[in-house]
Amino acid sequence: MNQTVEQVNQVIQQRYKAGFYTDIESDRVRAGLDEEIIAMISAKKEEPTWMLEWRLKAFHHWQTMREPNWAHLKVPAIDLQKIHYYAAPKQKNRPKSLDEVDPKLLETFDKLGVPLHERARLAGVAVDAVFDSVSVGTTFQKELKEAGVIFCSFSEAVKDHPELVREYLGSVVPYSDNYFAALNSAVFSDGSFVYIPANTRCPMELSTYFRINARDTGQFERTLIIAEPGAEVSYLEGCTAPMRDENQLHAAVVELVARKKAKIKYSTVQNWYPGDENGKGGIYNFVTKRGDCREDDARISWTQVETGSAITWKYPSCILRGDRSAGEFYSVALTHNHQQADTGTKMIHLGKDTTSKIISKGISAGKSNNSYRGLVRIAKRAANARNYTQCDSLLIGKTCGAHTFPYIESANPTAKVEHEATTSRIGEDQLFYCRTRGLDEEDAVAMIVDGFCKEVFKELPMEFAVEAKALLEISLEGAVG
Amino acid sequence: MLNIKNLHVAVNGKEILKGLDLDVGPGELHALMGPNGSGKSTLGYALAGRDGYEITDGSVAFEGQDLAELEPEERAAAGLFLAFQYPVEIPGVNNAYFLRAALNAQRKARGEEEVDSMTFLKTVRESIKTLKMDEALLKRAVNEGFSGGEKKRNEIVQMAVLQPKLAVLDETDSGLDIDALKLVAEGINGLRDGKRSFIVITHYQRLLDYLTPDRVHVLSDGRIVESGGQELSHRLEAEGYAFLEESAA
Ligand SMILES: Nc1ncnc2c1ncn2[C@@H]1O[C@H](COP(=O)(O)OP(=O)(O)OP(=O)(O)O)[C@@H](O)[C@H]1O
Ligand SMILES: [Mg+2]
Repeated sequence: MNQTVEQVNQVIQQRYKAGFYTDIESDRVRAGLDEEIIAMISAKKEEPTWMLEWRLKAFHHWQTMREPNWAHLKVPAIDLQKIHYYAAPKQKNRPKSLDEVDPKLLETFDKLGVPLHERARLAGVAVDAVFDSVSVGTTFQKELKEAGVIFCSFSEAVKDHPELVREYLGSVVPYSDNYFAALNSAVFSDGSFVYIPANTRCPMELSTYFRINARDTGQFERTLIIAEPGAEVSYLEGCTAPMRDENQLHAAVVELVARKKAKIKYSTVQNWYPGDENGKGGIYNFVTKRGDCREDDARISWTQVETGSAITWKYPSCILRGDRSAGEFYSVALTHNHQQADTGTKMIHLGKDTTSKIISKGISAGKSNNSYRGLVRIAKRAANARNYTQCDSLLIGKTCGAHTFPYIESANPTAKVEHEATTSRIGEDQLFYCRTRGLDEEDAVAMIVDGFCKEVFKELPMEFAVEAKALLEISLEGAVG
Repeated sequence: MLNIKNLHVAVNGKEILKGLDLDVGPGELHALMGPNGSGKSTLGYALAGRDGYEITDGSVAFEGQDLAELEPEERAAAGLFLAFQYPVEIPGVNNAYFLRAALNAQRKARGEEEVDSMTFLKTVRESIKTLKMDEALLKRAVNEGFSGGEKKRNEIVQMAVLQPKLAVLDETDSGLDIDALKLVAEGINGLRDGKRSFIVITHYQRLLDYLTPDRVHVLSDGRIVESGGQELSHRLEAEGYAFLEESAA
């Protein structure tokens, strides 16, 4: 009996490779959410008064709000007073460089395939590593500085570039935007800050890796990316958490600002712990991501591969304010076992000749539920706006669900909005065909799913595409047969 | 090579093959003919191991091994190939990538070394050339948007690359234009090496003119009711299947 349990655990362990826990002393605030806690977080981060005031304003607003309930999700009650809103690995002094970082932390990121130390760093990718509530370190600082690029943790940005943070923080996602954004604004701990100066193409990919480690904590990070006129940047985000029986809350906010002719490409491979086969444990992922094409000819592209989390509630959006600005959303969302995902995008066309493209691929297996929810809104003055939406669902097995909720609101008769949707089941005929050619069932499913996701994968940077593909294969293990 | 004895196959509980006997020796090419719905494709699927094609009686031995014990992919690795009457589309999966993955999966299962991409491309290009196919088809998704004839030729390319011991070709000639038919026949003949065996399912004499089968069989209502040499297919071409009813009566 025990042996069987162990075997099962081993299999799960293999499936969710990031499920380990790092035993490190943690500096944690008490559980609960009140003004005192917020003041403590702010004090720990040695924040200026304006930052604390902003947090408190957000908190007071949040107190007037209720949890959203319109998504196609069954969300168990989350006791927000039981969460620790700040947890950080204990460090005597703030490390000045990566050499001073606790080896245990470096080891953790090594194990996750994100080496931070000089020798093994990923070539051509600068990484900001966030462990629970704080940034552990950022690689390639010097090289980026030479190009005029600022890439640092959010806390550092508040200290070193307060004028930029003050100007842009909350300018895309105001703290009053929604329940989880307000919560994040009150208690956010760390995250990444990116600033690309005018007419600069960021010399390397920027990447943040988020790791939840401590028990009973939430992660509330904020990311702010500013691309000045003519700037270009590609940013990648990855995330994992240990396997635990309790659910953990992750409520992030990401704000992108693209000025005239600027281009921001934001890619995510989300692999938070999804819970076990029986739906026990896993991360609740409530995220607000929005990009603002603030001036003419700006371009923002979201690519996401979502395989993790017990519950995903996430709609990376674009506000197409500038004329001829363009927004794109490429998404693969895979749910298995008891996972639930309600994800999609919003494309808000405000400027003339704005274009948007939405490619969404939902894959459901096991007893999971997968919904696409997308809004295309064309404002009155958005003459000749164009949207193309393609929304495909793939079902594996007979106990899962796929749903599509497209909303189209057009106030301008010159706008063109196209929507295509398909739902298919992995065909027995496709599987059989592959098998008669010599592929086993799992490889066949992986290949069919990979083919289904092709249009999205090709938008990902090379290394990420490989990782995403491998992740889907692991996530689908045991989905057939 | 292949020994089928008193084979009964039920699909969804309905008996389709009702006591079929067939022996195919090494190097032989057998033609299998018969009216629509007589069970030809069912035989192909049963040999390849399709789910839901239940062997209720009789036996199938491939090189002495009981096929019923093998999964479809194991049968493939053992050297069995089925060219589908209706090849299946797999959107987004690159045709060349698919074929190479299939080849290497088979080789791995046999304990052979994997083929590198250079060697693979060379082989596949040769067969593409033999069949006068457009090389662009290699870069497209498996069968997706292929014309009927292109799909059939793609099956032959797969066969040429996978080099099976026994190939079952299910109406590979249907839907081919006259030139393509000739090319496919050349593709098949090019693989006849005295060891490799074929079961060619067809409705038309035209393909058999190029292939000169060793044996011709007529399947009717789940049983082989007539076997002979090439004269049998000529007779069918001239008279149709009417004589079956006479002999049954
Ligand atoms: N899944 C199924 N359920 C029920 N009957 C089936 C099923 N599949 C095949 N059959 C029946 O089995 C019989 C034999 O079909 P099969 O496809 O083997 O014929 P065939 O000889 O290949 O015909 P054709 O020359 O038209 O290709 C047909 O009557 C067909 O309707
Ligand atoms: Mg048939």
